[in-house]
Amino acid sequence: MTPADIEDPRGSGRARFGSSGLPHVVKRVGGFAFSLVVTLFGLLLVTFLIARVVPLDPVLAVVGDRATQAQYEAAREAMGLDRPLAVQFVDYVGDVVTGDLGHSNLTSRPVVEDIRRTFPATLELATIATIIGVMLGIPAGVIGAVNQGRWPDHVIRVVGLLGYSMPVFWLGLVALLIFYGQLGWTAGPGRLDVTEQFIYELEVTRVTGSVIIDSALSDAWDVFRNALAHVVLPAGVLGYFSMAYISRMTRSFMLEQLGQEYVIAARVKGVPEWRVVWVHALGNAMVPLITVIALSYAGLLEGSVLTETVFAWPGLGLYITQALFAADFNAVLGGTLVIGAMFIVMNLLSDILYTLVDPRAR
Amino acid sequence: MSGVQTPPTIREWFATDTPRSRFQARSIAFWNAWQTLSSNWLAMIGLGIIVLLVLMAVFAPWIATHPPNAQNLPGRLNPPGWEGHLLGTDELGRDVFSRIVYGARVTLYIVALVAVTAPVFGLIVGTVAGTLGGWTDRILMRITDIFLAFPRLILAMAFVAALGPGIFNAVLAIALTAWPAYARVARAETLTVRGSDYIAAARLQGAGTFRIITGHVMPMCLSSVIVRVTLDMAGIILTAAGLGFLGLGAQPPQAEWGAMISTGRQYLLSHWWVATIPGIAILTVSLGFNLLGDALRDVLDPRAATK
Amino acid sequence: MFHVRTHLLASTVLLGSVLATPLALAETPPDTLVIATSIDDMISLDPAQSFEFSGQDQINNIYETLVELDPETLTPIPGLASEWSVSEDGMTFTFTMTEGRQFASGNPVRAQDAAFSLQRVVKLNQTPSFVIGQFGLTPENVDQKVRATDDRTLVIETDRPFAATFLYNALTAEAGSIVDMETVAANAEGEDFGNAWLSRNSAGSGPYALRSWSPNESVILEANPNWHRAGDLVMQRVFIRHVLEPATQRLLLEAGDVDMARNMTPTDVAAIRDNEGVKIEDNLRGQLYYVSANQKNEILANPQVVEALKYAIDYQGMADTIVNGTNVVHQSFLPAGFLGAIEDEPFSLDLDRARTLLTEAGYPDGFEIEMLIRNEQERIDISQAMQGTLAQVGITMSIRSVTGAEALSIYRARNHELTLQTWGPDYPDPHTNASVFALNPDNSDEAQLTGNLAWRNAYPATETTPMVEAAVVEQDEATRRGMYEEMQRISQQSSPFIILFQRIEQTAMQPNVEGFTAGGAVASAFYWPVTKTPQ
Repeated sequence: MTPADIEDPRGSGRARFGSSGLPHVVKRVGGFAFSLVVTLFGLLLVTFLIARVVPLDPVLAVVGDRATQAQYEAAREAMGLDRPLAVQFVDYVGDVVTGDLGHSNLTSRPVVEDIRRTFPATLELATIATIIGVMLGIPAGVIGAVNQGRWPDHVIRVVGLLGYSMPVFWLGLVALLIFYGQLGWTAGPGRLDVTEQFIYELEVTRVTGSVIIDSALSDAWDVFRNALAHVVLPAGVLGYFSMAYISRMTRSFMLEQLGQEYVIAARVKGVPEWRVVWVHALGNAMVPLITVIALSYAGLLEGSVLTETVFAWPGLGLYITQALFAADFNAVLGGTLVIGAMFIVMNLLSDILYTLVDPRAR
Repeated sequence: MSGVQTPPTIREWFATDTPRSRFQARSIAFWNAWQTLSSNWLAMIGLGIIVLLVLMAVFAPWIATHPPNAQNLPGRLNPPGWEGHLLGTDELGRDVFSRIVYGARVTLYIVALVAVTAPVFGLIVGTVAGTLGGWTDRILMRITDIFLAFPRLILAMAFVAALGPGIFNAVLAIALTAWPAYARVARAETLTVRGSDYIAAARLQGAGTFRIITGHVMPMCLSSVIVRVTLDMAGIILTAAGLGFLGLGAQPPQAEWGAMISTGRQYLLSHWWVATIPGIAILTVSLGFNLLGDALRDVLDPRAATK
Repeated sequence: MFHVRTHLLASTVLLGSVLATPLALAETPPDTLVIATSIDDMISLDPAQSFEFSGQDQINNIYETLVELDPETLTPIPGLASEWSVSEDGMTFTFTMTEGRQFASGNPVRAQDAAFSLQRVVKLNQTPSFVIGQFGLTPENVDQKVRATDDRTLVIETDRPFAATFLYNALTAEAGSIVDMETVAANAEGEDFGNAWLSRNSAGSGPYALRSWSPNESVILEANPNWHRAGDLVMQRVFIRHVLEPATQRLLLEAGDVDMARNMTPTDVAAIRDNEGVKIEDNLRGQLYYVSANQKNEILANPQVVEALKYAIDYQGMADTIVNGTNVVHQSFLPAGFLGAIEDEPFSLDLDRARTLLTEAGYPDGFEIEMLIRNEQERIDISQAMQGTLAQVGITMSIRSVTGAEALSIYRARNHELTLQTWGPDYPDPHTNASVFALNPDNSDEAQLTGNLAWRNAYPATETTPMVEAAVVEQDEATRRGMYEEMQRISQQSSPFIILFQRIEQTAMQPNVEGFTAGGAVASAFYWPVTKTPQ
C-alpha cells in the first residue's frame, strides 16, 4: 500500500468531529474515546465475520495433512469452533476487553505476546521511514512551491510521482540487489547480523522491543550500528513513498500560504525571502502538514506488509499476512485490531495537535 | 431565471460569462479546465500513456507477436531479442512482450471495474449521509470509519480469501476497501452544498430527497470524486499487483503484470527481464494515471491544489 | 517544532554515516552454523505434535530415538537402546537401554523416560500419534502395552505380528523421540503431558538444546554438554534464520552472512553452481509430486481417461526445465531409497497414444477439467506446463490455485477433480506410503478416512488393499520387498495416482562448510556433523 491510498486529510480527522465544540480538547477526547470504542467494536465484528466465512479451515492448518477425522474433530472442539458463532463472538469480545487476544495456532503462543514481539519491529521501520519522508519531503515540497511551474517543480513532481507509481515489492527487491548485493553499502535482510543477534539476545535488556533503542540504552553500540545498517534500506524504500506524499501535500499547502496577504505584507516590510518562505509560510503550513504526516505514518504502519516480506522483517504486517494464509484467525483479529487502533489514535493525535497549534481553531 | 431565448451556438454556449444553468457552468468549467490541462505537458504525457494502454488492450491480438500462453519449455528464459522474442521469454518459454500486451487488458479491466464500483458506492453513501444528516449520517459515517481504519491490503486479502482468488474477486475486494475514501470526499462536498439556495429552491418545488440527491447533490460532487479516482487508479493498480504478487489475483496462465513479477522474482538475479519488464509496465501505467490525476487535481479541484 | 527538526537532523547524519561506510564481506562466527531457510510452517517443537518439515529438522537434532537409522545402509542401528529382541509370536518387543546416556538437564536416560515418551505420543493423540499408535496402541491401553520393567528394560506389545523392521523403522521417526520425563512432568499444565511447554522448549538428549524460537524469525540451538559425543561437536550453536524470499537467501549467502541457504530456486542454484565462492550439495529426499484424479468425477472414473492423462504429461521435459535440479522423474509411490522401491518409468509424453485412449474412452474431442493446486510457484509452473500438453490432446484444464489450508480441506472433502499434490513419507518404512496410496479399507463417504490418499480420491484399491495388509506382517524381508514391488506396478497401471517426481534438495553453502546432510529420503537434517574450516 502506498501513501497515495491515505485519505486526503480534508476528509478525515477533522471532519469527523463536525465543526461544533472545537474549543474543548477534553470534551473531544471524551467523544473520541467513545467513537474509538465503537469503531474498534465494528472492526472486530467485521473481521470476526470475515474470519468465519472464509473457506480456510483453521483446524486443518493446525492438524495438517495426515490427521484422521477423529483428531480433526478433537482439535476443532479444543479450539472452540464447534460452538455457535454468536457465542464465539461474545466470548471473544469478553476476552479482548480483559486484554486477552487468544492463542495463535501458528506460533503456539498468546497473540498478545506475538504482537509485543512483532509490533515494535514495524513501529521502528515506519518511524524511521517517516523521518526520512519528512526530512526529504518537506524541503522538496517547499522548493516545488517556490518554483511553481518551473523545472525544479517539475523534477520534484516527477520524482515524487515515480515514487507513487512503483510497486513497492519490486522496488524493494531491486534496491536489495543493488545496495546490498552489488555495492555492499547496507546490511541485508532481517534486523541484525548473526554476531550482533547473539549479543542482542545475551546482553541487551528488552525495554521497548526496538532493537535500535534498546541497544542504545544498553550501550551495545555494535548492535546499534548493525541495526541501523539493516533498517536503512527497507526504511529508505518506505521513506521514498512517504516522501512522495509529504512533498506533494507540502507543495499545495505552501502554495496556499504563499498566496496569503501576510506573505505579501512581510515581503513589503523587507523581510528576507528565505525567511518569508522557510519561517513564516512553512510555519503556517506545518499546521495542516501535521495531519498529513500522522496519516502517512499510520499508512506506513499498515502498509509495510510487502516491504516486510521482501526484507524478511519480522513485523506485524508480515505476521498478519502469514496468519491469514494459515487461517490463524486469532492472530489476524488481534493484529488488525492493533493496527486499526493505531490508525484511529493517529487521527486523534493529529486532531488534538491541530487544535492546539492552529490559531484559528483556538 | 430568465425567459426563453434563441439557443446559442456551442462555442458561445461554452464561452459565455453568464451561464444559465449549473450544468452549463460546469461544462464551461470543464472546457476551461481542458484548455489548461492540454497546455500541461506532464498531464499530456500521462494521458498519452493511458491512451496507449487502451489501444494496446483493444488491438492486443494484432500487436502481440505470439499467443500469450503458448509455451516452449526448451526455449525458456531467453533474453530480449532471442529469436524474435522482443522482450525475451519467461520460465515456460512464453513471449514476455505478448504477455505484457495482453496484460494491458487485465489492467484495463481492473481499472474499469474499480472505477465503476467503488466511487459509485462511495458517492451514494457520502451524498445520502451528507444530505439526510442526523442519525443516518452518524451511522453511515461510523461504518465508513470502521472500513477506513482497516488495514487495506489485509482487508483486501481477507476478502479475496473469502471469495476465492481470481481477478474479478481481487477487484471486488479492492473496491470494497476503496469506497470509504470516496464516501468522505462526497460527504464533505455535500455538506458545502446542502444549505445552498438552489437546493432549498428545488425542495420548495416539491423535489423528493431521492431527486435532490441524484439530481442536485451528486453532480456537485462529481469533479472531486473524478479527481480522486484518477489519483487512486495508480494505487489500485499497485494493490492489484500486490495481490497478484501474493498469489491472490489473476489465476494462471492469465497474463497479469503483478503475477508476472511474482513469478519472475525468483529469476530476478539471473534473468532480470522476467520480473523487471512487468515492473516497468506497472510503473509506466500508474505513472500515467498519476501525472494525469495530479494535473486534473490542480485544474478541477482548485481547493485541493491551493487549499 | 524546532526540537523535532534538530532531532531529525541528527538522525539523518547518523543514517548518512552508516550509508557511507561500505561493509566488508561478512563472516559468520567460526563455532556457529548459520542457516537461511523458511520456517514459517513450524507450529510446535514437541515431538508428539510436530509434523512440519522445518520442525522435524530441529527435533532430529535435539532428541534421540531408541533406534537410529544408518544414513548409508538405511538399516536400524542402536540409539538410546543398545539392543533389542522380539518374542517368538512376533508380538512382544524388548529393548535394553544404552548405559550412561544423559539428558541436557543432567538426568539419566532410563526406560521409564522412553515409556513415558511413547505413551504421551499416543495419549496426546496429535497428528503424529499414528506412527506409534498403528501397532495397536490406544490412549486406553498404552500404559499396559508400553512399559518399563526396570530402569534399563522397555517392553512394547503389539496387536499383530508385524514385520519386526517395521516397528524399528517407525521408532526412528521424530515421533519416537525420547523426552526427559522429570523435566516435562514438572512443566505440565493440566492433562497436557507438558505439550504446551515442550512446544517451545526442549528436554532431549541429542546434540543440541533449544535456546530460543521466535516464530517467523529464528531458531537458535545451543550445544548440549551432556550429549554422549559432545566432545566431537564443532558447531557450538546453530542459528536458523527465517528468510522467505529465495532471492534474498542467495544474496545473504553471497554476502557471507549465512553459511548455507536451503530454499534457493533451481535457477539461482544453476547460476551460482560454478561460482568458486559457493558449493551446492544435492540430496535426494523422500517427497513425491503426484497428480490424482478423483474417482467421484464421472469423466475421471473412466480408467482409459486416467491412462490417457498419464501419457499426456511431459515428465522429462519438465524435469529438464522448470524443476531441473529440484526434482527427478519418478513414477512409483515408494521413493528411491526405500525398501521395495522400483525404478520403472512406464509413462512418457505420447500424445498419439493419449488421443487414441481418449477416443476409446468416448472423448475424442477431449473435455474440460479443473486442477486444484496450492498457491506455490513451483506448483503453478508444473500445472501450467501440464495445461500446455493436455491442451494438445483436447483437454481444457483450468487451474484453481488456493492457499495450502484451503487446498487441503477441498481435497480431504473429496471435492476436487484433478489435483497436484506432494507427499512425504512419515517414517522410513514402505508401509508409510503403501498405507495411503494403495490401501483403502472403506471407500464410503461415511468412513471419513481423510488422512488416506486412496480414500480422498474415492479409489477403492481393491486389488492392493489385501496386499498392503499382508506385507506389513510379512517377516521375511525378501518376500516383503517383492510384495511392495508388485503392488507399485499394479498401482502404476490402475490407480488414479500419476506419480511425477521425487524431490532433490539443493543446499547451497560456503565452500568451507563440511559434513551437512539434509537427511536423504528417510530422515531430517543433521547439523551436528558440520565443521567449518577457517577461511
